[in-house]
Amino acid sequence: MSSSCRHNDAALPPPPAGEGWGEGVSTRESPQAERALSRIASFDAIRPPPQAGEVKIARGQISHMLSAALLMALATAAAPAHAFIAYVSNEKSNTVSVIDTDSWTVTKTIKVGQRPRGIDFTRDGKFVMVAVGDDDTIQMIDAKTQAVVDSLPSGPDPELFAQDAAGKTLYVANENDNTVTVIDLEKRARLGDIQVGVEPEGMTISPDGKTLINTSETTNMAHFIDTNSRQIVANVLVDARPRFAEFKHDASEVWVSSEIGGTVSIIDPGKHEVIGKVNFEIPGLRKEAIQPVGIGMTKDDKTAFVALGPANRIAVVDVATRKVTKYLLVGQRVWHMAFTPDEKYLLTTNGVSNDVSVIDVAAQKVIKTIQVGELPWGITIAP
Amino acid sequence: MIRWLVGLIGWSLLATQVLAADPVMIGVGYLGLAGTRSTLSLVEQPAENDGVAGARLAIEDNNTTGKFLNQRFTLEERRIREGEDVVQAATELAEKNGFIIADLPADALLKVSDALRERGTLLFNAGAIDERLREADCRANVIHTAPTRAMLADALGQYLVWKKWSRWLLVVGSHDEDKLFADALRRTATRFGAKIVQDKTFEDKGGARRTDSGVTLIQRQMPVFTQGAPAYDVLVAADESEVFGAYLPYRTWDPRPVAGSAGLVPRSWDASQDQWGAIQMQNRFVKLNSRRMTPLDMQAWTAVRMIGEATSRTNSGDVKKVTDFIKGPDFSVAAFKGTKLTLRDWNLQLRQPILLVDGRMVVSVSPQEGFLHQVSELDTLGYDRPESKCKLK
Repeated sequence: MSSSCRHNDAALPPPPAGEGWGEGVSTRESPQAERALSRIASFDAIRPPPQAGEVKIARGQISHMLSAALLMALATAAAPAHAFIAYVSNEKSNTVSVIDTDSWTVTKTIKVGQRPRGIDFTRDGKFVMVAVGDDDTIQMIDAKTQAVVDSLPSGPDPELFAQDAAGKTLYVANENDNTVTVIDLEKRARLGDIQVGVEPEGMTISPDGKTLINTSETTNMAHFIDTNSRQIVANVLVDARPRFAEFKHDASEVWVSSEIGGTVSIIDPGKHEVIGKVNFEIPGLRKEAIQPVGIGMTKDDKTAFVALGPANRIAVVDVATRKVTKYLLVGQRVWHMAFTPDEKYLLTTNGVSNDVSVIDVAAQKVIKTIQVGELPWGITIAP
Repeated sequence: MIRWLVGLIGWSLLATQVLAADPVMIGVGYLGLAGTRSTLSLVEQPAENDGVAGARLAIEDNNTTGKFLNQRFTLEERRIREGEDVVQAATELAEKNGFIIADLPADALLKVSDALRERGTLLFNAGAIDERLREADCRANVIHTAPTRAMLADALGQYLVWKKWSRWLLVVGSHDEDKLFADALRRTATRFGAKIVQDKTFEDKGGARRTDSGVTLIQRQMPVFTQGAPAYDVLVAADESEVFGAYLPYRTWDPRPVAGSAGLVPRSWDASQDQWGAIQMQNRFVKLNSRRMTPLDMQAWTAVRMIGEATSRTNSGDVKKVTDFIKGPDFSVAAFKGTKLTLRDWNLQLRQPILLVDGRMVVSVSPQEGFLHQVSELDTLGYDRPESKCKLK
């Protein structure tokens, strides 16, 4: 037996159910222990979540105090002030779970096509679009009736998509044939295709709507596409398997997560250059388990949240210094996330543990866990 | 009018040529033996383009990326017939190609690597699983994308131990490579605390793999062959030569699972692997080659992708620059196995998870939970740095 390799009997858990489906990587870091922690975190929810105002006064930020006070005032004025509706795509069970953020419960489960992943509201809030990859289409869910009412003509195996600010044009990454499909949302018609790298996935659009960013997983690039001419204007090489792209709200930076590379590359969209990287390190966790995917950025561009996949954590990143300030333990194999419109809460989809974690954004704490369908992947919240 | 049009077309052609600089050409050679080996199961019979089909897909993938970097990849295939000189063929191939993917037996590979050392050609061993190519006979100009027998045996052994099937009935074929695999399995048993309750040999007495009489005789032979064994949990077969392994499942005297060369088999890749985004690559492969992807296809794909990864990172087609980058500390490649693959710098073996497959599904992926290592859990598979006898030269 090798001196540097040992077999740890005590760490042998029973086979985790539902392990290793889809693109998911199951964790090897004693999932039971982490789940236990996560459950403890969710018990906190029995007590009322910490008052946003209290935390912020301690920090002495006047503007935050004012907004917090405003929020509290709103909360007293209308009881369910934060009653938002979240839609979660469940990759394995071919359903979308509807979560009420007032009661934090699943109020409805909608049957959709095969392998639902990318999910987003139309800008008018009337429909939820969900990419059902194995059916080669994007389905439209009527937000009122909560039923599938139509579908969009995407290319084969759509995964993630982005829409322009007006909500008129939709850009879809089709993983199977190296293209981005352009769709007219009003006419629900296909306008054309853009050839990109191998396995296009991440999609985001600049706040001014002029530039579309697409990442390709095997080509390892972020493609900058002019939305007018539909031509690629620049290609920026990033670390291996780029999966998600997110613009800062002030348009000064694009953040691209690399799942296999284990980093987030920060790109200057004017110079088309990588100007910095966010690195992650979690004591006691092997580097390979850190696989960044989803990214969420607060509207003030001060704080970013990065889902670290099988590391079962969300990294809280200070945008100015590009340093991780905290790791929040969530469920297993965390994929994507969405803020409530008031930015009080951040909801994350945890693929392997089949649940959604609720993070109190101000307190930077996980306050609740909600069971959804099998292998939850994407999430969107009604505007 | 027509003259004017012709002139316009001519001018625009010229303009495009002037605008786009000549792409950097990156030549990749593929060197293998002609003919295919015979397997017991007809469905496992390798296609004639086994291996090179994977290289071809990776060339396409590299070229999709290459068009953004003005790099162009080409593939030149060379098959050695019996009696042909492998060194001469390799030298000819190396004239136009700085990189060669080799699917050769160990001795032939060593001859080629020694002959091409001065020239600076970088070889990728996509086919040979022999330990000695990474140990006493390792070479500084050969990178191994094929796993080793010890890696395969350890991957299987970890799962069997995890499953608490720790009493093994080992059945070994009578050919050299069967014995080598058996050695690897015995080493695995010692490392991970399994017990080989009996070590049996299955003599190859010759004979056809396919007969008109079919399975009648096999059905009588196999139970008798496995009769009277000491109590065991799993039969582990070492039959790389495809003589008896596939006959064992469902035919053992005691109702026991079979693993090793049949039943639950350790492999670098499988046609049923669809995790970690692999489905897109499997689809691309089927579209291009009209068949499903084998471990050898994957090992060749990975080799060509390693070249593509290094040429895009270095923005260069220079063989020396690319080779240095691949061997350097910053290199890694994504190959749909849930983790980045890196090179063991002491012997240039690619670290990789190993799939355990049953012919229809991926049953598990090793390393298994709980097998720990201070550098990389992937190094719990195969010979580790402190044990290595390799001195790269």
